[in-house]
Amino acid sequence: MSTVTTTVDARGQSCPGPLVTLHRALKQARSGDLLELLATDPGSKSDVPSWAQLSGNELLEASEEQGVFRYVIRKA
Amino acid sequence: MGTPTTPETSDLTRLIEAALDEREQRGGLSKKNKITIVAWDGHLDRVWPTLILSTTAAASGMEVSVFFTFWGLFALVRPERRITGKDWMTRMLSALNPGSTAKARLSRYNFAGMGPWMLGRIAKEYKTPHPTELLELAREMGVRLIPCQMTMDLMGLTKDDLIEGLEEPIGAATALLEMKESAIQLFI
Repeated sequence: MSTVTTTVDARGQSCPGPLVTLHRALKQARSGDLLELLATDPGSKSDVPSWAQLSGNELLEASEEQGVFRYVIRKA
Repeated sequence: MGTPTTPETSDLTRLIEAALDEREQRGGLSKKNKITIVAWDGHLDRVWPTLILSTTAAASGMEVSVFFTFWGLFALVRPERRITGKDWMTRMLSALNPGSTAKARLSRYNFAGMGPWMLGRIAKEYKTPHPTELLELAREMGVRLIPCQMTMDLMGLTKDDLIEGLEEPIGAATALLEMKESAIQLFI
């Protein structure tokens, strides 16, 4: 089991903020790295899976706790 | 494959293969992971979604080209340029249509600048980046911002009137080529 290497905090940001922030962090990461994205934008619920499909990165987990959405992404 | 084929079916297979080959050669099956947007309208409420889509596409690993033509080109004018143009008509047009995303108007509810100001305030509250910020971000992310040569000539705009980091101006045929090789084309 690999563990999350980077946490990307996009809480408080709205479209297209979280995805742009995630993209920046992903550029620094290596292929296979696990990144965790934290967001409060409800639009991210549909947008992060769509982004994963478009970009070819893998969305491993999606959860919500007290208004904070958490996504785990594996860099392609 | 082992199944016997009659002369007619093998002819048909050949025909289909030839048609597919031809389509492939014309580029019909080889669209790039690319989006091309024609930014025709310079209003704030049109340039905004154009830039949101552009930056999101870039963040998704897509190649992005935005072709700025007619009123859309004024969004790329440097904010400090008050008046542009080469004669009284183009100067008057620029005075009626202030350049840059900072001065862009709303297509409705503009109320002499009150609308854009209110929308800016609301966007700030919700942390949605303003078009001026998105334009900067787009350049940083490698979005190709392409001015229309014909509009530049028509409106008397020079390269010095426009912001830095733009691609070389192009014409309609090159814009069509950009669209042809893209999986998504939009006119906004």
